[in-house]
Amino acid sequence: MKEQKVTCIVCPLGCEVTVKTQDGKIVETTGQACKRGEKYAAVEVTDPRRTLTSTVRVRDGASPLVSVKSVKPIPKELLFASMKKINETRVKAPVKIGDIVVPNVAGSGVDIVATTDVA
Amino acid sequence: MKADVAVIGAGPAGLAAAIAAKENGAKRVVVLDREAYKGGILPQCIHNGFGLHIFGEELTGPEYAARYIDMADNAGVTFMMETMVLSIDEHKVITAVGKDVGITTIEAKAIVLAMGCRERSSGALMLPGDRPAGVMSAGTAQRFVNMEGYMPGKDVVILGSGDIGLIMARRMTLEGANVKMVLELMPYSGGLTRNIVQCLDDFDIPLKLSHTVVKMHGKQRLTGVTIAKVDENLNPIESTSEFVSCDTLLLSVGLIPENELAMGLNIQMDSVTGGAVVDSDMQTSMDGVFACGNALQVHDLVDFVTEEASRAGKAAAQYKKIAKLFVNTIAGSGVRYVVPQKLVRDGIDKTLFFRATKVTRGWYTIARCRGKIIASRKRVMCAPGEMENLVIKDADISGGVTVTIEETKT
Repeated sequence: MKEQKVTCIVCPLGCEVTVKTQDGKIVETTGQACKRGEKYAAVEVTDPRRTLTSTVRVRDGASPLVSVKSVKPIPKELLFASMKKINETRVKAPVKIGDIVVPNVAGSGVDIVATTDVA
Repeated sequence: MKADVAVIGAGPAGLAAAIAAKENGAKRVVVLDREAYKGGILPQCIHNGFGLHIFGEELTGPEYAARYIDMADNAGVTFMMETMVLSIDEHKVITAVGKDVGITTIEAKAIVLAMGCRERSSGALMLPGDRPAGVMSAGTAQRFVNMEGYMPGKDVVILGSGDIGLIMARRMTLEGANVKMVLELMPYSGGLTRNIVQCLDDFDIPLKLSHTVVKMHGKQRLTGVTIAKVDENLNPIESTSEFVSCDTLLLSVGLIPENELAMGLNIQMDSVTGGAVVDSDMQTSMDGVFACGNALQVHDLVDFVTEEASRAGKAAAQYKKIAKLFVNTIAGSGVRYVVPQKLVRDGIDKTLFFRATKVTRGWYTIARCRGKIIASRKRVMCAPGEMENLVIKDADISGGVTVTIEETKT
């Protein structure tokens, strides 16, 4: 039996939810004030994901960097592998908002796109 | 030059005010900003979470700014960038200096103050010890990392758990820095729970509540800080002090509305918010001068800045010098301040914005007029870091309105 603690972020209450798992399956969830907390904690324990935002170096641009984001949340364990790829990437100006800067970052199936224009 | 509405500041507040002024019939709307780019602080806030309230989706700061910049351009707003306003006089004549225009004056029928806020600086904290390099505000570090492409340091301690400090803890960690801890003087964090989870817990960065920096060390570059726990009166407990080595100290210790222009006009100020005193039309004590955004009161969500600024822009476009009948709002028990400070009796329902003095769970926010409850809400949680609001009916206003946060509704 494995026990994990999760702070729920669905509402400002911030419940401390305890999730017990056996062989990767949830057997008990305690500490949450509502059903939304139970659902949030289940996702956090089984498949936690985060939207990644960062910057990519721009060649010959009006700014040295372009801000970027993952179009969807990516698995939490791929955050640092994704950062490595993002920091190795160089793009040439001009860059438009929504342009794909890194496709399928770190094998996550999620693209990294520009969130601003750089002339 | 003449303008129907002149807006000082091209950040989220200024953009929304200018768009609303255009939509409400102002012909010539001019926005002045000392930066070369529009959007204020948003271009450096590359993280997501903006616009959930207005657009129902999580945008990054630059994306949120881009939407309003497009709307302003489409509405025909005139921008004067790299132009800094030096003063405003009592006839609403603005004196500004700019790269392209030199020194120029703008005669405005109405003015919207949307200058935003500044971070409280290291000087204001008067931390004992050395004055080495490597000590800066979290927002300065954010600009270095996100706009200029420099890392300000490797081993980082953050003082203050405001949202900018939390966001920078994650950002510096993702870029390879070792963020050792975040210290918070108060027994609770001023940041959103979501940011504590996703910026600190995700990376096992400890949040030390009731802790502060008592000394800085380092001749050229910062070599470390002495930290200590504080007692209930926020005084450091000497026996708990310990040395933490670091080369960078980031400060996220509060925001201060930027109001030199308002003070130059002798506008009535609110000593608690640091912004102007406004009525429910967002008009200051000077006829035809309006205020909104972080220059008026420091907000936690940009969506609320946009909404507030839209009201100010609309009122500026419709401005006529008329006698108004007012009642005052009063911050009662458990409430730090209420904005607007004055309510115009004009038949329109009002939204009161206010902040709690402490963290409470399951208490009520209550608005009273002559002792009678005219609006109330039960809140799962109130915290100083999250702005509260109550809607009251104009018909229920028969005198001053007092807002309180109480355990029971009686």
